[in-house]
Amino acid sequence: MEIPYVTHPREDTGLFNAKVGIWLFLASEVMLFGALFSSYILLRVGAVEGTWPHGLLNVPIGTVNTLVLIISSMTVVMAWASLKMNQFSKFKIYQGITVLCALTFVSIKSFEYRDKFTHYEVILNNGKVVDGHLVERTKDEVVIHEKAKAGEEHGAEVKIAVADIKKMENYGPWHNTYLAIYFTLTGLHALHVIGGAVVIGFLWGPGSKMWKTDPERFTNRIEVSGLFWHFVDLVWIFLFPVLYLL
Amino acid sequence: MQPTTHGSHHAGVHEAHHEELGFWQKYIFSTDHKVIGIQYGITALAFLFFGFCLMMLMRWQIAKPDQPVPFFGALLEKMLGAPAAGGKISSDLYNSFGAMHGTIMVFLGVVPLAFAAFGNYVVPLQIGAIDMAFPRINMVSYQSYAVGGVIMVVSFFIPGGAAQAGWTSYSPLATIIKTHGQLFWIIGMVFLITSSLLGAVNFIATIIQLRAPGMTWMRLPFFVWAQFVTAFLLLLAFPPLEAAAVLQLMDNVAGTSFFLPSGLSITGHGGNPISGGGSPLLWQHLFWFLGHPEVYVLILPGMGVVAEILANNCRKPIWGYKSLVYSVLAIGFLSFIVWAHHMYLTGMGTKISTFFQTTTMIISIPSVVILSCLFLSLWGGSIRFNTPMLFALAFLPMFGIGGLTGLPLGFNYSDLYLHDTYYVIAHFHYVVAPGTIFALFAGVYFWYPKATGRMMSEFWGKVHFWLSLLFINLVFQPMFAQGMAGMIRRMADGGANYSSAKVPGAIGGLSDSIIHLNTVVSHAAWALGLAQLPFIFNFFWSMKHGKPVTSDNPWEATTLDWQTPTPPPHGNFTKPIKVYRGPYEYSVPGQAKDFTPQNQP
Repeated sequence: MEIPYVTHPREDTGLFNAKVGIWLFLASEVMLFGALFSSYILLRVGAVEGTWPHGLLNVPIGTVNTLVLIISSMTVVMAWASLKMNQFSKFKIYQGITVLCALTFVSIKSFEYRDKFTHYEVILNNGKVVDGHLVERTKDEVVIHEKAKAGEEHGAEVKIAVADIKKMENYGPWHNTYLAIYFTLTGLHALHVIGGAVVIGFLWGPGSKMWKTDPERFTNRIEVSGLFWHFVDLVWIFLFPVLYLL
Repeated sequence: MQPTTHGSHHAGVHEAHHEELGFWQKYIFSTDHKVIGIQYGITALAFLFFGFCLMMLMRWQIAKPDQPVPFFGALLEKMLGAPAAGGKISSDLYNSFGAMHGTIMVFLGVVPLAFAAFGNYVVPLQIGAIDMAFPRINMVSYQSYAVGGVIMVVSFFIPGGAAQAGWTSYSPLATIIKTHGQLFWIIGMVFLITSSLLGAVNFIATIIQLRAPGMTWMRLPFFVWAQFVTAFLLLLAFPPLEAAAVLQLMDNVAGTSFFLPSGLSITGHGGNPISGGGSPLLWQHLFWFLGHPEVYVLILPGMGVVAEILANNCRKPIWGYKSLVYSVLAIGFLSFIVWAHHMYLTGMGTKISTFFQTTTMIISIPSVVILSCLFLSLWGGSIRFNTPMLFALAFLPMFGIGGLTGLPLGFNYSDLYLHDTYYVIAHFHYVVAPGTIFALFAGVYFWYPKATGRMMSEFWGKVHFWLSLLFINLVFQPMFAQGMAGMIRRMADGGANYSSAKVPGAIGGLSDSIIHLNTVVSHAAWALGLAQLPFIFNFFWSMKHGKPVTSDNPWEATTLDWQTPTPPPHGNFTKPIKVYRGPYEYSVPGQAKDFTPQNQP
């Protein structure tokens, strides 16, 4: 008993089963991210004028990460094309680069996250606000490296006594609604990147044994995982301008 | 001699194990669509009964506010602790039961039974496929559903009990209740959503790819069309709820304010004010974007089952097959643009209300077309009144009542009065309970002989049918009256606080006769519970002792699901299937018999 059209396309639809499956799955993913993007729009439009923060993220780093994903998008196609041309060793190289790009992306992203979690807003009892990265924290003193103001090359280090602090909070998702949606959207996207990297990595490593036994089906698997990878890239292409630039 | 016999005996057992799959692989980790369908079916029926039991307990609290529950009170207190102190159903427990009744009935009962169980068992058979397109994903889909169900059940026993914010989980209420029930609810929902996503992908891919040769789109049985559209609704409507669940999870655990407006003061929130800037309306939009297509997820498979059974038992083709198909497609599309008719009372603006009022009226057209086609199918048929047919016939007027009473709710102005009253409860229960659930009972009686090789008892089936029909109407008819008299839903005391007995002379106070209906409804609900016992008994007893079927096609049906051995083996068909004709060729002039199977040349 074998299920038909696992490898070869059905004549009237022109598709093999997994390709139908992945496109349907991507349709539901579009609805998932679509709902989150809509939420972003509603929250931003509904925010009190002037309260939506700008410039919290590092645009050059975001640009680098965008390029990393675009490169991986190209190599994932090249990997599939290599298999179609029966060049398994080239596939190994291209798909290896894809996985490396994925890991680079996640590393850069976690660096950005760390930057936000060490970035504090400190409100003092006298109403003054100190904003910057935490340098040192002891039992009765907090040292904050303030952001450089206009005309300065470096920001100043500010020492604050704990007794003077009214509220101290880092730039996590709890800080404001912009950061909340930033962490939610990029976090969910990062989970997709990691999931995609695991699958592509598996098919690059142990899963590639199938090339010897059933090359056509293996090529289909690379195509299907590649389709998912393109979707993950595409989501980032929307995320980058929405969160970093607008 | 002894050792030799012993040895050969062992070898024999060993061989048998190699040929046949062991218990675990055959029944628990099966990839066969029929076994998965039965797994879904039995689990979902159990959840339906569980959800109904919650309601029977709530009906006690409504009829006799703050009196200890008889018989089960002590047990409740032992199992659930403080919320059931003294064997009474406290307001918190009432809220938990209400929220979980809705959640369980919709997400763990009706959808898995209507879509996953019947769809899994019947769809591949009806399209002439040997299995689903992705059998292992199918297995994972059931397992994910089971995990989600376990999480929901476990949440009753954690301190503070299960979620209390209604099955709709409106924020900020859902976020500010301090127990962990809501957290369990969200995580359970993520598993259930994953399950239905995997199922939906599988169903659509199967119907597109694995139709037997000759099974063109317009030769598909209507049941398959209904499941096809249902799968698309699940595929596209559930992800926004998943997004909403993620956002609410962030509100619960990461201190965000997606659904919490600025200035909302929450006591005991760690002393910190929330960051604010969120929108409670956003939750409602995301929830109902799922919620309304979900209504059609609940009803379309039921319509599909009824169409199959009507055609079969009228012995004539279903009336207006093409109208049915186009109507079901139109419903699928329109169901995505009616969601905000659940939100007229939120102050979202009259222009938006007008838009959704218009689309809501438009969607009633294809629904009426479908119901009319099913009614007209009866005309001139030689009807067989067996148990499945009785349930299918009852579906028509019951769903009709449910649908027609929905019109005043679809109109903005009349809804402002009826919103959140018992009228709404009566309306949607008429759609889902004597509507869909009756259709599903019909399906169980109808396909039972295919799955087991034995018929269910006709006598007990008819007892089950007539008692259920009587009591379910006694449960829901009075609620229309209560709702129109202004009785609000989700009150833990059944409205006693607003009764004219308690506040004499108050304008709009609930009169004694309206309050008295609570007792009537509760008695009817408990009687309805008793009326299910013949079904439960029949279901299990007939597996061993029912009348064995004399042919593979005991109902003399035309569709491919009956052209298989009984029960169908792994792989379903004994020979390659080719389809030559449409799904409902009953009483074709010139044919020897009054039914012509689809695979007959």
